[in-house]
Amino acid sequence: MGDTRHALLGLSDEDVIEMYRTMLTARKVDERLWILNRAGKIPFVVSCQGQEGAQVGAAFAMDREKDYLAPYYRDVGMVLAFGMTTKEILLSAFAKQEDPNSAGRQMPGHFGQKKNRILTGSSPVTTQVPHAVGVALAGKMEKKNIVTLTALGEGSTNQGDFHEALNFAGVHKLPVITLVENNQYAISVPAHKQVACERISDRAIGYGMKGLTIDGNDPLAVYEAVKEAHDRAMNGEGPTLIEAMVHRMTAHSSDDNHLLYRDKQEIEDMKKTDPVVVMTDYLYEVGLLTEETEESIKQEIDEAINEATDYADAAPYAAPEAALDYVYEQ
Amino acid sequence: MAVMTYIQAITMALREEMERDHKVFVLGEDVGHKGGVFRATEGLYEQFGEERVLDTPLAESAIAGVGIGAAMYGLRPVAEMQFADFIMPAVNQIVSEASRIRYRSNNDWNCPITIRAPYGGSGHGGLYHSQNVEALFANQPGLKIVIPSTPYDAKGLLKAAIRDNDPVLYFEHKKSYRLLKGEVPEDDYVLPIGKADVKREGNDITVITYGIGVPYALQAAEQLEKEGYDAHILDLRTVYPLDQEAIIEAAKKTGKVLLVTDDNKEGSIIGEVAAIIGEHCLFDLDAPIKRLASPDVPAIPYAPLMEKYYMLNADKVEEAMRELAEF
Repeated sequence: MGDTRHALLGLSDEDVIEMYRTMLTARKVDERLWILNRAGKIPFVVSCQGQEGAQVGAAFAMDREKDYLAPYYRDVGMVLAFGMTTKEILLSAFAKQEDPNSAGRQMPGHFGQKKNRILTGSSPVTTQVPHAVGVALAGKMEKKNIVTLTALGEGSTNQGDFHEALNFAGVHKLPVITLVENNQYAISVPAHKQVACERISDRAIGYGMKGLTIDGNDPLAVYEAVKEAHDRAMNGEGPTLIEAMVHRMTAHSSDDNHLLYRDKQEIEDMKKTDPVVVMTDYLYEVGLLTEETEESIKQEIDEAINEATDYADAAPYAAPEAALDYVYEQ
Repeated sequence: MAVMTYIQAITMALREEMERDHKVFVLGEDVGHKGGVFRATEGLYEQFGEERVLDTPLAESAIAGVGIGAAMYGLRPVAEMQFADFIMPAVNQIVSEASRIRYRSNNDWNCPITIRAPYGGSGHGGLYHSQNVEALFANQPGLKIVIPSTPYDAKGLLKAAIRDNDPVLYFEHKKSYRLLKGEVPEDDYVLPIGKADVKREGNDITVITYGIGVPYALQAAEQLEKEGYDAHILDLRTVYPLDQEAIIEAAKKTGKVLLVTDDNKEGSIIGEVAAIIGEHCLFDLDAPIKRLASPDVPAIPYAPLMEKYYMLNADKVEEAMRELAEF
């Protein structure tokens, strides 16, 4: 199988199976969160479904032992790839004390975990992009040879922080990769009402960096683009803007009804290019997956999610007075 | 001990901290080759190179935001906003990000950034080169706001800000830069953030102020002394969070309190100081709390007569102190 697509990209069979497993975990965790939300067990979900291929493809192209991540709220696949566990995501969804992201202080989707070099994030969009640039600057100053990966939606590229951060990165040729997960919607507002340029990646030229648009439903295509960007960053050739075209297969969040602004056919059509399906088909095609192995992977993931759900549900909340802790160093 | 200006003390603190710790670096507009529009970073570019004295693009949210990222990584950025008036594009980064990083991550991450900004009216600055912005940030737990009033304090507090493991806003009154001179030790000393400082002991009236209000009050106190009134002057030094204990002690000491700021009055720092005194010292007061502040108009007008009318000065402080003393 030396001439498979993944082998040509330098990925082993184990690597692609691991990518598949991570994507599927993200999908299944997300599905579980919706069930828990609709059952009244957790107050809020903001979803990754349809974007797992871009997230996992990008994360696997990074050095997951030393690179930094500044994700946005949909990046379940990305943080899983960087070492956060299913159990930790469930703890966050239930807002429990053991949640490593925030100990239940933040809504789910606000990732952060220092031991895995995932920067803490907030709700105002795009603020993480200058942070990613700052980490890249610091890494360069300290001669650490690290690259940062930051992600955001296409609507967020209209924010001043996007422009200010990418311009800064371009001027100082910093090792930062900006991944725009273009799912065509900023909540309900479609892309054509968000930007007048044809592609988000067209904006790269204004920042003096390479920009490209790729199929975000194909995790290997994303891997390839991010790997090349990573190589450029490591060679001192500076930042890259990558626009991955993806689907948002769910409503914006558990508080949104997307049928108010898009029709059922559009949602139905997405399933044909669902990245989880694309990856599954690929693995069948190259003979790395059989019905038996697929079933056993799914079962393993389900078991882990069931266990994580029970654990997180039963885990204690932080004490009420814990609300007063850590305003400043103590 | 050398006598130097307020701004020289700031440069000295920056240089010493950069020599002491390679993780300290400065970034901002014109801070490099030019040495800053006020010359606060003079000589640092030559000594430490362009990487540690970083001229940035003209974009304040990036100056703050990139600094915040570097701080999360573990460096000690000192970001300069060229004028406090231009900090507004960076408010989201300072308030939504820097102030909340420790809290929202439950102490997993922290953000040891110092953000310096020259503020206040110093003549001919108009609306947008003159503003006080401290009150805008003074209800954001997670931030600390330091405003030194002497060259000695400027050095010791800037070093403390840089070494602090949380974000510190460090505001420098532009009029102080070359007006104020004082003895500044060449050795390494750090002053505590969060502690007010008695700048003058007295028994008749208490003046609580900060920044440019301090030299004005000290000057006025000398005149009043000749008239037989002895003023006690407390310099807040850190305007957020406030040193409640020192405020209460100073208010109780004389029972007559004048609060002074060059900011406009409503919603200013001294309103909170008044609330603390009202809460804790009501029965120790011999006169109503008196406040002296700038008028409630957006900022300082450019034309000289309106400007003079608006701006705080030693005469206005002296008059207010006398009125209170005679109450």
